[in-house]
Order: sequence, then C-alpha cells, then structure tokens
Amino acid sequence: MARRRVMFTFPPELITEPVIFNLGKQFKVVTNIRRADVTEDRGWVVLEMEGRDEDIERGITWVITKGVRVDPIGKDIVEG
Amino acid sequence: MSFTTGLRCRECGRAYPIEPIYVCEVCFGSLEVVYDYVAIKRHISREKIAAGPNSMWRYKELLPVGGDVVDINAGFTPLVKAENLGRALGLKQLYLKNDCVNPSYSFKDRVVAVAATKAREFKFEAIACASTGNLACSVAAHAARAGMKSYVFIPSDLEQGKILGAAIYGPTLIAVEGNYDQVNRLCSELAEKYPWAFVNINIRPFYAEGSKTLAYEVAEQLGWRAPDNAVVPVASGSLFNKIWKGLNEFHDLGLIGPVKTRMFVTQATGCSPVATAYESGSNIIRPVKPQTIAKSLAIGNPADGYYALKTIRESGGGAAMSTDPEIVDGMKLLAETEGIFAETAGGVVIAGLKRLVTSGAIKEDELTVAYITGNGLKTLEAIQNSVVKPILIKPDINSFEAALGFKIAATVERNKSQVE
Repeated sequence: MARRRVMFTFPPELITEPVIFNLGKQFKVVTNIRRADVTEDRGWVVLEMEGRDEDIERGITWVITKGVRVDPIGKDIVEG
Repeated sequence: MSFTTGLRCRECGRAYPIEPIYVCEVCFGSLEVVYDYVAIKRHISREKIAAGPNSMWRYKELLPVGGDVVDINAGFTPLVKAENLGRALGLKQLYLKNDCVNPSYSFKDRVVAVAATKAREFKFEAIACASTGNLACSVAAHAARAGMKSYVFIPSDLEQGKILGAAIYGPTLIAVEGNYDQVNRLCSELAEKYPWAFVNINIRPFYAEGSKTLAYEVAEQLGWRAPDNAVVPVASGSLFNKIWKGLNEFHDLGLIGPVKTRMFVTQATGCSPVATAYESGSNIIRPVKPQTIAKSLAIGNPADGYYALKTIRESGGGAAMSTDPEIVDGMKLLAETEGIFAETAGGVVIAGLKRLVTSGAIKEDELTVAYITGNGLKTLEAIQNSVVKPILIKPDINSFEAALGFKIAATVERNKSQVE
C-alpha cells in the first residue's frame, strides 16, 4: 500500500460538496485529514491518502478535474 | 560546535530530533530549528563576530551547523548607501543590501551553504533541487565545492542561459516535460523516494536558516542596529520571515537594541498571493498561477506565505505589488542611479519601494533597507527591448560627429563659457 501526503485547496463552488468522501468511496483510498481550514467560501485541507498507487493517482486526477487544487504538503518547491 | 537542540513543529509544537525531516508526523505542519540561546549568548559578542571571516560564517553560532562547513564564500555582501536612488525616490536614508555579488550571483548561496553543510553532516551522497534559475546554480556550485553529486531538476522549456548557469558546475541536469505543477509534484515524490538531500524539501528547516544572515549583516553593517524599514522580495516567504527572525535573535542576544523594523513584502502583480491577502485583510493565501517576468519570485502557492502575513502584521509593515513594466523601470532606475544591475526581483523591490514611499507607508527620514537578491545577468530577456540601443557609426570622426554633433557642440560651448 502506498501513502501520499497532499494539500487540497477548494474553490468556493465546491465547499458544499463531499469531495473527500467521494474520493475515498470511488477510488478505494483511505483519507486521513490532519489539518484544515474551511469556511463558507473557501477552504484547504491537509491529508494523507493511503491505497494502491494507481488508485491514489486516479483519485488525485479526479479531484483535480473537479476543480480542486492539489499540492504536495511542502507546497511549491520549484524555486527561482 | 552546534547550538541546535532539535526541531519543532511550527503548528502544534511537537519536538523532533535533528534529522533530515521537514514536516510534523502528526499535523503535517512545517518544522523549525530550535537553538539553545542561553549557550549562544555565552559564546557570542559583537567583537567575536567582527573578528570572524568576511562571509556568512561569521554568524556560525546562529546557524544549525556543527563542524566544517561547505564554503564558497557566500555572504558579507556590501550594504550600499544609495544617495542617488534615495533622491530619486524621496528617501534620505536609503541603503541597498547588494546580494547580487554572491559567488553564484544570488542570495540562494546563503541557504544552500547551510543545506549543503547539513547534507554532508547527514552523510547524504547527493544534493538535489528543483529550480528555474538561482537555486539550481547555487546547488550545483556548492555540490562541486563539497565534492558531492548533485541532481538538478528543471522545466524542459527553461531558457538556455539559465541552464548554462547551472550546467557549468557539472551537475546531473534533468529537464522535466510538463507544467510547473507537474514538475513540482514529481520532485516532491522523488524527495520521498530517493536518498538525496533535496535542499528545500527534506533539508528545508536547516536550509531556510541561512537567510537569517541577511538580517545579521545589515544590523552589523549599520553599526549594530536594526533599520526602520526592510523592503524584501517575496516568493515562498521564507527569506522575509527569516530576516525578521534574525533581527529579533540579535536583539534577544543583546547584540542590538529593540527591533522596531517594519517589514514590507514586495511582489509582482502577476504573482502576489501574499500581498493580495494582506491588502484584502485576509489570513488565507489563495494560490495563483504566476504570470510575471519576475520568474525568481513566481511561486503561486508559497510554503511560508501564511507566516509572512503574520510577520507583516506583527512588525506593523505592509505590502506592495508592481506590474511587469514597473518592474523593468525599477531595474533600470536602480542601474542608472546606483550602478547595480539586479535581476527582475530587484526591479520588484525598487518598484514596490517607490509605491510604498508614494503612498506614505515609508517616510523620507526613515532608515530603509531594500534587499537586492540576484544579479541582472540572470534575467537579460526581461530588459533586452527596454535599454538604450547602440548608435551605429562608420569608423571615422565625421560619422561620429554626425551622430553626436549637436551634443558635442553644446558641450564645447558650455566649457567655453565656463572659462570666460
């Protein structure tokens, strides 16, 4: 089983959608939220995903197509 | 001798030993180095520092390193009193911290020097980074000096000049096809998988500390005092926060008086997540897709953005953003008034400073330090259409005078009248 630590940043239109629940259900990925800050118009969540590597990849691709920004927990590390 | 006692989570405070780790296992918050300041205070003094090497290593007690360091002579760069630029902007006490003149031509040498030293202490065989410019050059240069392997990941569409600047030091250069986010994700995953010291990932807590030397040097060069204002270019936000931390450490150790420095963020309008959050009164950094010529500051989701916001507010500072044309004007103004050719990040600082003076955020009598962090030869493409073109003449005096005759005649007339 693989593990991936990521940060999701949600646009306002997705705040009310159960994106993380659907991610776990559709892609057989166990999600474990460690820190989060969500209000009515925006939000971010830092979480760990556990599952088969290909399921995690498919899950991340699906989340991105939904409009969620997905970053490594170190955020942007490609520096000038 | 090292005065570091461990690492600590910046979010939940959990303690960790000194290891190549960067996030808290519980909350995934970032880790920071913890020092034994009581012991440091017994060892450090103005006199000891002043007698140290003319490099950033004169402040070694305040850096997270122990024995021999990887030294390419980074730091202790000039602090220039900028009379001409000050006059142009309406400032009576303007100083420029000129970090263009570091060995690989940017301030990154300060952070990479610490990271490379730490990588060797941790017995890594290779150091690595993902970069679009300055960081790549510095990592490759320090690896060469340390006799270590280096792996430098760059976007495949990076300009040739920037590739050469790193390639000369002999790293393994890997050009990744894909957009910024894809390169970013790949390198984050590689850092988990390969036993390399990724300077700004698994070595980040140590790496970031090198930026504090930009605060120490300024305080020492000003005659052991903190400036009234510090104007800093912001990408990840780490440099900004570490300058604030460094000034406060100097005060806590009794090396300078109270720190009343106001910290000012400068960013390009095309990539201004921190300045935008500050101006909108928000604590949330909204990630952006960078669109600016200031490539060295093009970090859309800054790791330390939230802490930079805290530093602005804690210090009573502010923020300014500048458009690309204003950035070019800033670069030109700096070069034409002070003879310093800075990269685009320098243009961001000067353009931002101009805005801060115009808005009244920075007053004319205040002692202001502007940080110039990289050399202009790194971003020639940004100004190639904005500087004076050569006047083409034939190889004879007539051609020269035909081109410049009016100016020559005017000069002669003026000299003549002065004699009379």
